[in-house]
Amino acid sequence: MMSADTVPQLSYVYGVGIAGEALDRAAALLPGVDGGRVRTVGAAGLAALTSSVPADTFAMEGLKAQLEDLARLETVARTHDAVVEAASAHTTVLPMRLATVYHDDRRVAAMLTDRAAELGALLRQLAGHVELGVKVYADVREAAAPAPATADEAAAEMSPGRAYLQHRRAERRTHSDVHRAAASVAAQAAARVAGCAVLRMAHRPQRGELAPATGENVVNEAYLVPAGRVEEFRTALAGLDDEAPGVHLEITGPWAPYSFATPPEPDGPSDAQ
Amino acid sequence: MRSDVPGRDPDIEQLAGRQVALIDLLDRLLAGGVVLTGDLVLSVAGVDLVHIDLRAVIHSVTADDPPPW
Repeated sequence: MMSADTVPQLSYVYGVGIAGEALDRAAALLPGVDGGRVRTVGAAGLAALTSSVPADTFAMEGLKAQLEDLARLETVARTHDAVVEAASAHTTVLPMRLATVYHDDRRVAAMLTDRAAELGALLRQLAGHVELGVKVYADVREAAAPAPATADEAAAEMSPGRAYLQHRRAERRTHSDVHRAAASVAAQAAARVAGCAVLRMAHRPQRGELAPATGENVVNEAYLVPAGRVEEFRTALAGLDDEAPGVHLEITGPWAPYSFATPPEPDGPSDAQ
Repeated sequence: MRSDVPGRDPDIEQLAGRQVALIDLLDRLLAGGVVLTGDLVLSVAGVDLVHIDLRAVIHSVTADDPPPW
């Protein structure tokens, strides 16, 4: 095994906070990606939670390859989040996007100096706040599940073609009913938490194999909430989906404020997703 | 092997919410977080490329459930 001295190292940045003892102590709480020791790199009154990663796997091509491997992506993502979460328990941390990698600590410090005003403003805005996720699902199969026995009996007397068409019509009706109910639950949810949330942003609805199989995700939102009002937020949404068959509302978090740490890019290409 | 060892059963861990869902985490880590422009090994365009590729990878895992966009 090569020693760390012989493999060129890059600096992986997890998050940025106000420089000081709280952040320094927080850095020592958990190991970083690939077990690297997390340290703080300071400049302009700010400090970045940073660890060294090998250049061969974290420079452009290597990074892309390893993050397209879902198991590896999961490991890096969970490590990144664990470092941010552990530090967030002690001080405000601006989380970086996954795989924010610099040539070395000097470049990290230069970035802190260049972006000090913007990062400082975000830190002040997010201090004392957490992020909560709200997802609403429409589960057509569940809504259609308790089919009345009489419908089957009636269908038995119809021609197969008519029975099929009637079945399809009923399915479509259920589909639009459940989706309408889900939209209504989502609108009520937004109204109920308006008083205790500071900001709201929409993520794209979740699709694909990683999405839970409990229906179709129709709303996937993030709210910025004062840390002291998390329980109030949860209470406001409690039982909201009880009366809507096939509709589920799920709250995730509290998270570090990832969804509110992306400032509008001044002149770069807009991430129009 | 006993399945009722506390903290060892993945279902129990999931119920207790000790491990967040990967998809929720990726929503935040790939679309959120501070995007630092400038002196990166990955240029901003590179980060965005990684971001888009990864979303495509994640969404294309199930070909029979294509994303609506």
